[in-house]
Amino acid sequence: MNSAAFVVIAIFTLAAALAAATLRKLMHAALSFAVAFVGLASFFFLLGAEFVGLALVFIYIGAVAVLIVFTILLTRRDVGKDRGFNWSGIVIALAMFGALTWSILKTQSLAIVAPHIRALTVKQIGAALMTTYVWPLQCVGLLLTAALIGALVLVMEEKR
Amino acid sequence: MAHAPGWLVQIVSSLINIFALLAVFLTLFALISVLERKILARMQNRYGPNRVGPFGLFQPIADGIKMLIKEDIVPARADKLVHFLAPVLIAAVAILTLGVIPYGRNMTPFAIDGGILFFFAVGSATELAVFMAGWGSNNKFSMLGAMRAIAQMFSYELPLIIAVLPVVMVVGSLMPDRIVAAQAQYTFGLVPRWFVFTPWGAAAFILFFVSGLVESNRTPFDVPEGESEIVAGHMTEYSGFKYATFFMAEYLGMFAISGLGVTLFLGGWHAPAGALEFLPSYVWFFAKLSALLFVYIWVRGTLPRTRIDQIMNLAWKFMLPMAFACVIAAAVWHYAGRGLRGWLWSLVVIAIVYTLLSILLDTRRKFAPRVYRFAE
Repeated sequence: MNSAAFVVIAIFTLAAALAAATLRKLMHAALSFAVAFVGLASFFFLLGAEFVGLALVFIYIGAVAVLIVFTILLTRRDVGKDRGFNWSGIVIALAMFGALTWSILKTQSLAIVAPHIRALTVKQIGAALMTTYVWPLQCVGLLLTAALIGALVLVMEEKR
Repeated sequence: MAHAPGWLVQIVSSLINIFALLAVFLTLFALISVLERKILARMQNRYGPNRVGPFGLFQPIADGIKMLIKEDIVPARADKLVHFLAPVLIAAVAILTLGVIPYGRNMTPFAIDGGILFFFAVGSATELAVFMAGWGSNNKFSMLGAMRAIAQMFSYELPLIIAVLPVVMVVGSLMPDRIVAAQAQYTFGLVPRWFVFTPWGAAAFILFFVSGLVESNRTPFDVPEGESEIVAGHMTEYSGFKYATFFMAEYLGMFAISGLGVTLFLGGWHAPAGALEFLPSYVWFFAKLSALLFVYIWVRGTLPRTRIDQIMNLAWKFMLPMAFACVIAAAVWHYAGRGLRGWLWSLVVIAIVYTLLSILLDTRRKFAPRVYRFAE
C-alpha cells in the first residue's frame, strides 16, 4: 500500500514540478508550484512526519505561493504573455543535481541500513526549539520583525 | 466481512466517514440557508420565505434546482482552467477542515495528532482559491474583490491562530480530542470546566469569534462583496452551480470555524452539567454549534458594515496585542496553580492590557478629518 502510494505521489509531484518549470503562463507555473508542494507534504505524511508536512502546507501554500502570485501580479505588466525558454536554467539544474548526487554518495554520516526512527512528536520539536536551538530561533524572530518593520516603512505615507 | 483485506476495510471506513460528513453538513447548509433568511426577516419585521412547503422549509430544494439548471457562463477572456478549479478548491478545503473536529464521543472523522495545525494549514489554501477566482475571471471587480478578501483573511489569520495558542499551551496537545478531554470535569458537579469560563479563555474566545467572522467573510466584515461598489467581489463572474459552490463553501467554512470554537473553548461534545450527560454527546455538540451559528446570524442582523481601513486597524492595533495578552494570561493562570488564584491573576493581566490598549488607541482626542490620498 505504501509503495503504491509513493509511486502515485511521486508521479503527481514530478508532473507538477515539471509543469511549474515549463508552463508558458507565469501564473499557471506559480499555481503548479503550489501543487508540487502538496505532493511534497504528502511524502512527509507517508513517512509519519505529520508536523513537518503540515508546516510545509501552511508555509508554502498558505504564505509563499500567495506571495509569489502577488509578486507576479504586482511587478510584471505582461502577466498573461508568454515567456521564452531559458537554456541556462537546464545547465544550472543539471549542475545542481550532479553536485547533490555526488555529495549524497560521498557522505559518511548516512548509514546504508535505515535506522529505526521513532515518530517525532510536536512536544519534542517544541522542546528542542526552546532549549538547544533557542538562539537561532530568537535570531529568526528578530530578522522577521525587522523585515516587518521595513515593509511598513516602505509603504508608509509621506507627511505633507 | 470478517476476512476482508486490510486495504478494503481502510477504504470503506474512509468512505463512510466522508459520506456521513457530507450528508450531515450539506443538510445543515440547506437548513441554515433558509433559517438565516427566516431569522433575518424576523429581525427586520417581515415574513421571509414562506411559499415553498410548510413555513418555506423546502426553499433550499427549490434554490438548489434553480442553481443546477441555470446557465453556466464563463467569460470569453477568462482563464478557463483556473476559473473552473477555484470553486472546486475552495469547497474541498472547507470539507477537509470539517474532518478534524470531534463531533461526539469517538466521533472524529480524521483523528490526527496535529489536528489543530491541520485545520489552519489546510484552511490557509482558501486564500489561494480566492486569488484563483479573482485572477482567473479576468475582471477588475473580481481582482479587487479577491485583493480585499485576501488582505483581511491574512490579517485576521494572525489573531485567530494566536487566540488558539493559549488553549494548546494549557492542554499541551494539538489533538482536538485531547483538548475536549481536558474540559471534561465539572466544578462541584455543576459548573463545567470549559476554557471559556477562565478570563484568558473568554478573551481568546471573543477574539477567535471575531476573527472567525472575518475569515468567513460575514457581516460586519463582508467588504469583499458589495453590490454598490465591487458587485460580488471574486464571485462576480461566477454563475449557476459554480456560484452555489462558493456560497456553500462559505457556509461550510463558517460551520468549520464554529465547530473549532466549540471544541476549543466551549467544551466540545461535553454536556453543560454533569447530570445532563445522559443525552448523546453529538446532541450537545450540535446544540452548541447551532447556538454559535445563531449568533452569526444575529450579528448579521444587528451590525452595519465596517470600512476596510477600520478592519485593518482593529486587526493589527487591537486584536493582535490582545491575543498575545491571552497567551501571557494563560501562562499566569498555569503557574498560579490553575485555581481561583490563577483565575484572578489572569483576569488582572487581561484587564491591564485591555485598559492600556483602550487608552493608547483612543482616537477621540486626536480626531482629524479623513484625508483621501487618491480620491481627490
